[in-house]
Amino acid sequence: MDWNFIIFSLVKLAIIVGVVQGLVAYSVLAERKISAWIQDRVGPNRCAPPFAKYIPVLGPLLTRWGMFQPLADGLKFMFKEDFTPAGVKKIYFFLAPAVAVIPAMLTVAVIPFGSVMGNQKMVLADLNVGILYTFGIVSMGVYGIVLAGYAANSKYPMFGGIRSSAQMISYEISMGMSVIPVLLIVGNLNLSHIIGWQATNGWMVLYSPISFIIFMVASFAETNRTPFDLPEAETELVGGYHTEYGSMKFALFFLAEYSNMVSSSAMMVTLFFGGWTLPFWGLDHPANSIGMGIAHILVFMAKMLFFMVVFIWVRWMFPRFRYDQLMDLGWRRFLPLALVNILITALWLWMRS
Amino acid sequence: MEAINNLISSGGVEDVLFYVFAALTLLCAVLVIANPFSRNPVTSAMFLVLTIISMSGLFLLLHAFFLAAVQILVYAGAVMVLFLFVIMLLDLKEEARRKIKFFGLAAGLVSVGSIVAIFFKALASAKPGVASPKLEGETYALGKLLFTQYTLPFEIVSVLLLVAMIGVILLSKKKLE
Repeated sequence: MDWNFIIFSLVKLAIIVGVVQGLVAYSVLAERKISAWIQDRVGPNRCAPPFAKYIPVLGPLLTRWGMFQPLADGLKFMFKEDFTPAGVKKIYFFLAPAVAVIPAMLTVAVIPFGSVMGNQKMVLADLNVGILYTFGIVSMGVYGIVLAGYAANSKYPMFGGIRSSAQMISYEISMGMSVIPVLLIVGNLNLSHIIGWQATNGWMVLYSPISFIIFMVASFAETNRTPFDLPEAETELVGGYHTEYGSMKFALFFLAEYSNMVSSSAMMVTLFFGGWTLPFWGLDHPANSIGMGIAHILVFMAKMLFFMVVFIWVRWMFPRFRYDQLMDLGWRRFLPLALVNILITALWLWMRS
Repeated sequence: MEAINNLISSGGVEDVLFYVFAALTLLCAVLVIANPFSRNPVTSAMFLVLTIISMSGLFLLLHAFFLAAVQILVYAGAVMVLFLFVIMLLDLKEEARRKIKFFGLAAGLVSVGSIVAIFFKALASAKPGVASPKLEGETYALGKLLFTQYTLPFEIVSVLLLVAMIGVILLSKKKLE
């Protein structure tokens, strides 16, 4: 450990946090625009700062695309009255949004978002147990929601909190089980090694498609996105766990949900779609120039954005599951399927060796 | 600046962090069972989560990355969430008012006493000094040890868990006529 390491880590940290926050802000915009297209509306197209109309061509165009909308949303959240309802359990009420956001932000630390640049690896923490770290942190995310439900001291948030704790535990098991075949095939828990293996042998989704399907569905459940957004089912639970929250505290829950979306997209890309690699144009080995390094990061970002669009698309195309259907899918379909998948993969590897 | 440089290069940061995490572990563990400010079971559960997290920090300092990650994943992430789930479904006020019973006190003292005895026995035979970190995040070495040298304890623990699982299923199942 030396100063060089500390400084480079801090720089990478700042960039990662900045990029994730930017992605979160603009994925909210993407959510609104895509939902508008799907429902045959226009979506946000008015919001603009006063100087926008003086910029020729670009100004009106950006306004039409709603590019300034996230800024306005953020300002609105900041300046709304931070209201604390009577009868809430104060400490937990203030703690819950923070507890929701922190794990959501921590997950991206182990994800290799690029190969190398100069002699710096493009990953914040190249842990040997990267996957386990991610699962551990993701599993901490449930506390924010449960505590929010508990702190509100009212019926519907409580239901939301209880639902989410049951849902997240159920799907965590399927999620963990679905990744085991990947680990069996690669033989390493380090995410950089998993990407390295995929660079030489082809993308993991070709070897273990069932794993990918289970992982994707489980990550929808883990991020509380439709079709599994039962903790905040607004038709049954008003707003679920965040019913009593307003202004920036509510925004923090939003931030957590979208950060979780970013990190699960990144995980899917890393585990199943080769991370920063592409099988052609010589992009499948660590970069030897700055340009290649940037190209790798762009490839990773493009893959990740694709999955985020899938997240959004699914939300507006499919209805919500009923609670018993959700539990049935998690425990009676996915868990046995994942176990069989492990068995088959192990047998296949044994036959081959 | 010079002092910080020395601290970093001599590995003193890890010593400082050890004391921080050890203090945190002990403090949170005390607050789980004897919190002077609140007898709310949810608060106790949350302090138990903090205890577990700071313990995994201690594992990290021992370079046992796998154990640290599993500690958080299993205990903080799954077991404690189930605890919270149950606590939230129960009536909390009843629990907060409960008095200490003689039998509970006796059982507690006996179990704490035996754990302390085991600790002393283990510590008496251990030599002070820095153990070489053999399991530096290596799941391979850990798995190999579990299935060769420690097969019997491993299997016994597995059977114990299986028995507990069957017991839970039997207890929670509705009576069939």
